Amino acid sequence: MLSKRIIPCLDVRDGILTKGIKFQGNVDIGDPVEAAARYYEQGADEIVFYDITASSERRDIMIDVVRRVAERIFIPFSVGGGIRTVEDMRQVILAGAEKVSVNSAAVENPQLISDGARAFGNQCIVLGMDVKQVEPSTQTPSGYEIVVHGGRKYTGIDALWWAQEGERLGAGEICLNSIDADGTQAGYEITLTSLISTQVGIPVIASGGAGLPEHLAEVVTAGRADAALIASIVHYETHTIPEIKNYLHNKGIKIRNLW
Amino acid sequence: MIGIVDYRAGNLTSVARALSYLGEESRVTDDPEILAGASHIIFPGVGAAGEAMANLRKGKLDYWIRKWGAEGKPVLGICLGTQVIFEYSEENDTACLGLVPGTVRRFPETSDQDGRPLKIPHMGWNQVRFTREHPVFRDIPWEAEFYFVHSYYPAPADPAWIIGETDYGMPFCAAVARHNLVAVQFHPEKSGRPGLQILANFCRWGGHDAE
Repeated sequence: MLSKRIIPCLDVRDGILTKGIKFQGNVDIGDPVEAAARYYEQGADEIVFYDITASSERRDIMIDVVRRVAERIFIPFSVGGGIRTVEDMRQVILAGAEKVSVNSAAVENPQLISDGARAFGNQCIVLGMDVKQVEPSTQTPSGYEIVVHGGRKYTGIDALWWAQEGERLGAGEICLNSIDADGTQAGYEITLTSLISTQVGIPVIASGGAGLPEHLAEVVTAGRADAALIASIVHYETHTIPEIKNYLHNKGIKIRNLW
Repeated sequence: MIGIVDYRAGNLTSVARALSYLGEESRVTDDPEILAGASHIIFPGVGAAGEAMANLRKGKLDYWIRKWGAEGKPVLGICLGTQVIFEYSEENDTACLGLVPGTVRRFPETSDQDGRPLKIPHMGWNQVRFTREHPVFRDIPWEAEFYFVHSYYPAPADPAWIIGETDYGMPFCAAVARHNLVAVQFHPEKSGRPGLQILANFCRWGGHDAE
């Protein structure tokens, strides 16, 4: 039986972690490579890097980060942010990432998903979705709408329709981020997660809202998520990955232990 | 030197990085002469069986891999590399290398305990039940988990060659051992410490079942 995956997410700008990460010991807090290595050793099942570098001329810095991460961690990791073309994907994959994630760029150009899947295989392509709850309408019957540009711009696209369309186009996985829950640390958006996860045939990573180990338990059971993304909860050491995994294990949830 | 067969099947550098971390010298190449000089051959890959076999034939690598397999050089198959070692794959209706008798099948559409359809691909961490001792799987704790990502699984003609089984809706063959060949459906290069242990064991293996 598959284990539920626990996936720390690291935001990187110009090659430096943007959120402070408070580690015991003397890890350089600004270095994404050191942070990834630490989470790997603590039992992260996968790692997500989100590149928020504004200027595209500085993308090489992220490629270098990816290359250095690939020499240190031997679990899958994905890179998202700023990936707009198949060539962008190729650079990140050749530098050592297993997966690339596309978000706004796929909304603007859905063919990016199918082109990427054809070039690198479905398992390589993660469809990142930023979602906000709205009044159900004929345009957005699920009551959830896709937003882009960090949640500032509504697209009029129904979230459930987009998830299924992404799967049809060849995405191998969905990373589902609730903008409403993001940053609240009050728990994942369970209704949304369960809606999407039960209506697609590919794995769904829940994102946004983790503040307590209980929230992860809820999203992988009631929310039916295959994996849970975490950020602040571990970056600020409110809880560690081993603590979270112990909690889930004691709840009877299958997780991977470190050996 | 460990030869890593390059047949344009995905990113093969992650295996090389894992070997470099373990202090093993390796070469990623499609040149049969360089590969022939390798003490061990790793045959990795992600992607689809049809294109993989077409690329292997184009570079005549299909001939060489069969030859090394028959000569007794230690060979490790990984993921797609494991699948094309068999005779036939349902993926793209592909005739494969036939180093090991058997076929590769697509996961049937089944349900989990709650009656929900199982997601395909089988993606994530899962346990492998090793059924007998083998030098390549030495010092692997029975609880260890490995990273999988695949929609097809190998079904060897003789169940005796199955050395590891995994459950996903049903038990399937996750590892095969036959003479000088070991093949795994999971990714040891992406499976943390137990995966690195398998790679390290393989690099030290002489190619015999019992050592």
